[in-house]
Amino acid sequence: MIRRVIVLFVVGLFAIVFARMIGDYSELQGLRPLAEYFVSRGPVELGVPNIVTGILITYRGFDTLGEVAVLFMVAASVGLLLKKDGQAADTTPADAEEQRPPSEIVSSGATVLLPVIFAFGAYVIMNGHLSAGGGFQGGAIVASGSMLMLLARPDSSLNVAVLSVIESFAGVIYVCIGILGLVLAGGFLDGRFLPLGEFGAFFSAGAVPVISTLLGIKVGAELSVIIDRFRS
Amino acid sequence: MLTGLPLSTILLVTGFGLALIGIWGILAHRHLMRIIIGFVLLDTGFHIVMVATGYVTGGTAPIVDKAFSTAEAMHSTIDPVPSALVVTAIVIGMSVTAVMLAFAIRLYESKKTLSIDAFTESKW
Repeated sequence: MIRRVIVLFVVGLFAIVFARMIGDYSELQGLRPLAEYFVSRGPVELGVPNIVTGILITYRGFDTLGEVAVLFMVAASVGLLLKKDGQAADTTPADAEEQRPPSEIVSSGATVLLPVIFAFGAYVIMNGHLSAGGGFQGGAIVASGSMLMLLARPDSSLNVAVLSVIESFAGVIYVCIGILGLVLAGGFLDGRFLPLGEFGAFFSAGAVPVISTLLGIKVGAELSVIIDRFRS
Repeated sequence: MLTGLPLSTILLVTGFGLALIGIWGILAHRHLMRIIIGFVLLDTGFHIVMVATGYVTGGTAPIVDKAFSTAEAMHSTIDPVPSALVVTAIVIGMSVTAVMLAFAIRLYESKKTLSIDAFTESKW
């Protein structure tokens, strides 16, 4: 009882803080100075129609690299935490027999939807610089496709070793492109060492689509590995 | 607009409301899965709040093309910085959730229960 009262009190205090914040907030009427810079300079300097992608991949590219490092660390630590102990290996075959096969809807849905999901994921990754989308979003779509695949065919297994190799190579190339930007253009992860091309064309915006694709591959592979680890 | 409220206020109320539900879920429950779900709600709530702070009245998505020139974009896009931040925040939140779930699985293996009352080792 006393716990409930304390919890209610704490939540009430937070509610007061949040209510004051909402009450004081007035909607923006124009862009903040930083955003103004990004919106006005982004399309001109980088040739990226989608300003959010421009910020993520070039202006704040270093943060994105850190984020990818966090994702890598999580994939590694989930693998470490969920590593099977010696005696657990004996119980797995017994569990596998109890497992029900996936329902009709899931298995036939997977057959129809999987190619579409992977194609859509690739589209979102490749078009990140032109319209809404990008490496992270597309990578998540690809990983959701591999999740559906694992649900529909529980006895199939992802080739985690190959995925790890692909993912590591994507990471290494990503950093290499960053260093190329440092040498040939304005700074780390500056994509302007490749020609900017025609504004709005598929092959444009320097190295941004390349970095976006690498990010997509890396995120998709990493999330698929995490999903596979949780399955066991 | 149907209501007299500004859009960002509606988003802020929704986001902070979700965050409050999340805080309550974390504090009031004894089951590890419910605590994790509470954390996810808190996380999502703050993402909505962050996106809401980037909304400019009458703004649209910050994607420039032939039909929407840079000069126009200066006056009628939303602030792209919070949107870019939230993409990062979503991925980090998902990563933290994955690690928490992995820990929950390990804790379940050691005690065969998910109630935090069973884990008294680190209680002072």
